[in-house]
Amino acid sequence: MAQPIPAATPAIEVRGLHKSFGDNEVLKGIDFHVDQGEVVCVIGPSGSGKSTLLRCVNRLEEPTSGTIIVEGLDITDKDTDLDGVRTRIGMVFQQFNLFPHLNVTRNLTLAQMRAKKRNKAEATEVAERNLAKVGLAEKADAFPAQLSGGQQQRVAIARALSMDPDMMLFDEPTSALDPELVGDVLDVMKQLAKDGMTMMVVTHEMSFAREVGDRVVFMDGGVVVEQGKPEDVLGNPQHERTKLFLSKVL
Amino acid sequence: MKPSTRKRLSRGVLYAIFVLAVVAVVLVADGEAIRTNFLDLDVAAETFPGLITIAAKNTVVYTVIAFAGGLLLGLVLALMKLSPVGPYRWAATAYIELFRGLPALLVIFGFAFAVPIAFEWRPPGGSTGAGLIGLIIVSAAYIAETIRAGIEAVPKGQVEAARSLGMRPSWTMVSVVLPQAFRIVTPPLTNELVIIIKDTSLLFIAGMALGDRELTTFARDAVSSQANATPLVMAALMYLVITLPLTQLVAKLERHNKRGR
Repeated sequence: MAQPIPAATPAIEVRGLHKSFGDNEVLKGIDFHVDQGEVVCVIGPSGSGKSTLLRCVNRLEEPTSGTIIVEGLDITDKDTDLDGVRTRIGMVFQQFNLFPHLNVTRNLTLAQMRAKKRNKAEATEVAERNLAKVGLAEKADAFPAQLSGGQQQRVAIARALSMDPDMMLFDEPTSALDPELVGDVLDVMKQLAKDGMTMMVVTHEMSFAREVGDRVVFMDGGVVVEQGKPEDVLGNPQHERTKLFLSKVL
Repeated sequence: MKPSTRKRLSRGVLYAIFVLAVVAVVLVADGEAIRTNFLDLDVAAETFPGLITIAAKNTVVYTVIAFAGGLLLGLVLALMKLSPVGPYRWAATAYIELFRGLPALLVIFGFAFAVPIAFEWRPPGGSTGAGLIGLIIVSAAYIAETIRAGIEAVPKGQVEAARSLGMRPSWTMVSVVLPQAFRIVTPPLTNELVIIIKDTSLLFIAGMALGDRELTTFARDAVSSQANATPLVMAALMYLVITLPLTQLVAKLERHNKRGR
């Protein structure tokens, strides 16, 4: 963990965020935050901009305008050490994106050694610990292609955790999985939430949002339409668009 | 006529044409002349030691140097072509277009003369060394395009994953993108290597000391000194002895690498 951050500082704070791809405005002024230790689930129809919002938070997408503050640090500032900030933000992708040419252990140690300057022994120890945490200690020497989708995604989570991040971003982590493999990945995420990890989860898993989320954010058409406690947003939506969306997915 | 009969008939005609063509060539060719001129065992015995210790050795050495140089320069050019800095991109594009558009023979000849004059520097290996620079220059142009295609074929998610873990662009390229890119382009790179093996025969144009001769030049000299074409056949066989195991080896390597994909 980095130097302690005052408890009142949000982990993630987004102000007036706009993002356009050419003429297509995907985010139309987003104000959004995630508190420390909070689990926020972002839901919404495809094309609503939820993944783009998530990807702006570690600047995989370059915001067109607006401010993104991570642990009090403005990451839209050109002078911010973006690589340093990224080591504190774990990210899990829909397509896992494990490094196919490296075995599981090397997948977990590579960035530790390159970006955190840990030595090999230390990095391997951290990798073993996180592999055990996701229940895949015995797969340390396997290559990604030898694993199931669910196992690959759990390795990807362990890879992100090996950087000792302060928060985790999940971009539809179970959308590319066979239905019977979704549960294992969600279990790992639930355990993370229980351990107090700050999480921003873009998901279609409404049951996960309801059970694990501290807050649910519904996005549509590039704006935040509605947000609140899961039981309120999912159980008693106030907006027509939320109702329409939920009627289709629930 | 039934379709099956027609099919059998046309297949039979194709075989007949092939057999007739082979028979015609054998009948027309003078077997005895071929044997004495191309397959003379005494000439073969006399040529063989030099063919191995000088010619084949030099061909391999030149190939290794040209491929290593071409790979290194090609990698630099590929990275330049993908650079966000305009002048690098333009320079790489100009280089690649120029040297892919010129005959290798002309470039080798040109560099063998130009390098010593332009830089007042005699490359090690004399005129053969200077010719090798030309060969490196040409192969780099082709290899650069191959490597660039490989880099672009690595899924974007790989870069995103590495960057999201806080890895710098340079480390991402070295540890994540390039290893995968080289696996993707192993077959076309093998192709480049085989082409280089054969293109070492163009080095003679730079002028060659006796000990520097590679397979083709050595065979040509032997043909004129022995007044017999057997060395040509031997050189041809030597090329195959080098290239065939190589392509097999790479195919095996490729199957092995599939594991990681």
